[in-house]
Amino acid sequence: MQDFLQWLQQPGLNHFLLLSGILFSLGVFAVISRKNAIMVLMGIELILNSANINFIAFSRFSTGTFDGQVIAIFVIILAAAEAAIALAIVLNIYQNFNTVNVDEINQLRD
Amino acid sequence: MVEQILESLSRFLPETVLVGALCLAILSDLVFRQNRGIAPLIALGGLFLSLYYVTEQAGVSQQIFSGMIVVDPFAVFFKFLIGVTAILIVLFSFYSSEVQSTQKRIGEYFSLILALTLGMYLMAGAVNLLMMVLAIELTSLTSYILAGYTREAPDSSEASLKYMIYGALSTGLMLYGISILYGLTGATDIYGINASIAYNGVNEVTLLIAVILILVGFGYKISAVPFHFWTPDVYEGAPVTITAFLSVASKAAGFAMMIRFFRVSFIDLTPGGFPDEMWVLLQGIEWNKIVAIISVLTMTLGNLVAVWQDNLKRLLAYSSIAHAGYMLMGVVVLSNAGVAAVLIYFMVYLFMNLGAFYVVMLVANKTGKEDIDSYKGLGYRSPIVAVSFVIFLISLTGLPPTAGFIGKLYLFAALFEAKWIWLAVVGALNSVVSLYYYVRVLRNMFLRDPAEDKSPIEFSTAQIVVLIALVIPTILFGLYFAPLVDFANASIVMFGVR
Repeated sequence: MQDFLQWLQQPGLNHFLLLSGILFSLGVFAVISRKNAIMVLMGIELILNSANINFIAFSRFSTGTFDGQVIAIFVIILAAAEAAIALAIVLNIYQNFNTVNVDEINQLRD
Repeated sequence: MVEQILESLSRFLPETVLVGALCLAILSDLVFRQNRGIAPLIALGGLFLSLYYVTEQAGVSQQIFSGMIVVDPFAVFFKFLIGVTAILIVLFSFYSSEVQSTQKRIGEYFSLILALTLGMYLMAGAVNLLMMVLAIELTSLTSYILAGYTREAPDSSEASLKYMIYGALSTGLMLYGISILYGLTGATDIYGINASIAYNGVNEVTLLIAVILILVGFGYKISAVPFHFWTPDVYEGAPVTITAFLSVASKAAGFAMMIRFFRVSFIDLTPGGFPDEMWVLLQGIEWNKIVAIISVLTMTLGNLVAVWQDNLKRLLAYSSIAHAGYMLMGVVVLSNAGVAAVLIYFMVYLFMNLGAFYVVMLVANKTGKEDIDSYKGLGYRSPIVAVSFVIFLISLTGLPPTAGFIGKLYLFAALFEAKWIWLAVVGALNSVVSLYYYVRVLRNMFLRDPAEDKSPIEFSTAQIVVLIALVIPTILFGLYFAPLVDFANASIVMFGVR
């Protein structure tokens, strides 16, 4: 316990990688298990942001260049654009199907 | 610095023209509310002009915008291919009743097509990880919207939702892989990644995870098994013109980026290395075998499932999955012969696949149906269209004397040269399976009587001219393919690869 607390007090690259790994797994889990389209989109946001944490952590601790931070800014913009389009599509789905449950939207199938 | 940017801009003309045309198309839609016919013409003009500037770039090989994008024969080949496809799609859209029935929003449609083309151009030339992600996202985001363009149709909006969820997830996974790769190598461009792996060495397991995650992104774009689930639904639900565009150009852009990434990142460019051997820097796992397995799965699943399909768009969707499998055989080899074979196949695939979708669109315009039964007796109701369809389907199967045969021939030759005999055999067997479902359509057209309506279907002269313009290359490249092969062989040169 004492060791763990000491480890927590000195954040390094591993702390951030662990955090991003957890966020990434939560995101993938949300995409796979959630039925509500909005929840699926939130899972995707988690995945994008876990990649962002990676970029910034590597940029700060390991590579010594600012490339990672620049990429992270671009990814934030990208996530915003994606969210805008995704929500428009979900709204359209709601108008056509009266539901946003991805399991019930299955007109197209073999 | 300023000089460099100006120099880069002069090499960026095809894309600049597209952006200009995009802005003009949006403006014209706002200003001329009464005349909706202007935006399509701007789109067509812009695409022709940018295609002209693409041909001007022939033979150039340089990096622009401080190593974000390269202009090299390989990129120029794919830009040419994508540009031609985009022009044909705009022409198709003029005759598509699906698209023309939404007159109020037609300006949006054509501006989005321009944006999609721009994204694919950037994908063909991107060498920086950030540029790759941005290009993929530009392509994906616009294609989500276009897949759901006929938004009143539930099918279309379902297609766009499925496309968006799969697409966003796989780009998310790819981005995570890229972030790991950046951490491992400290570089953001593929040449730096190559040098870092070759000189410093990296942790093999971590590299493996990163490359697998990146492969997910590529696999989604080219609809390879097991990342293909979106393909049939999206291809069935989206408007036919968009389906045709995605099945050719989007796949081409995905292949361009994937081939460039694997070929440049993982060959040995160190002095005394072997630049002819591919995949050498990815140790521990034999990557060409993994790609070979993906290729076999992709073509086998595509062909076997296509046998059961009754909707023509869905059938062609599975057939396009199978074709991605054939082309992946060239990626397995990745030698000069292998890449040239993929390029030849793409050029051929452009005409035959667009042709097949064009026929489906023409018939759906008149009959309102896409299922295989509505093709009964088409051979008597409209002989020209039916015969053209036969030519496209024979070419898709890969039988002589059509261009599809030449495409397969060069792929198999590259495989034999690289001692991948078993893969070539699987590919040939798959072509036999594909013959079955293509012939099913032919049988319906010529040997079955139409159910109710026996009246001839009339098409306008302009529609027939576009059709003939697709039939001619499909046959011509089957008989006289030397220029095609020369073009492909000249186009395998990538910037930075000896």
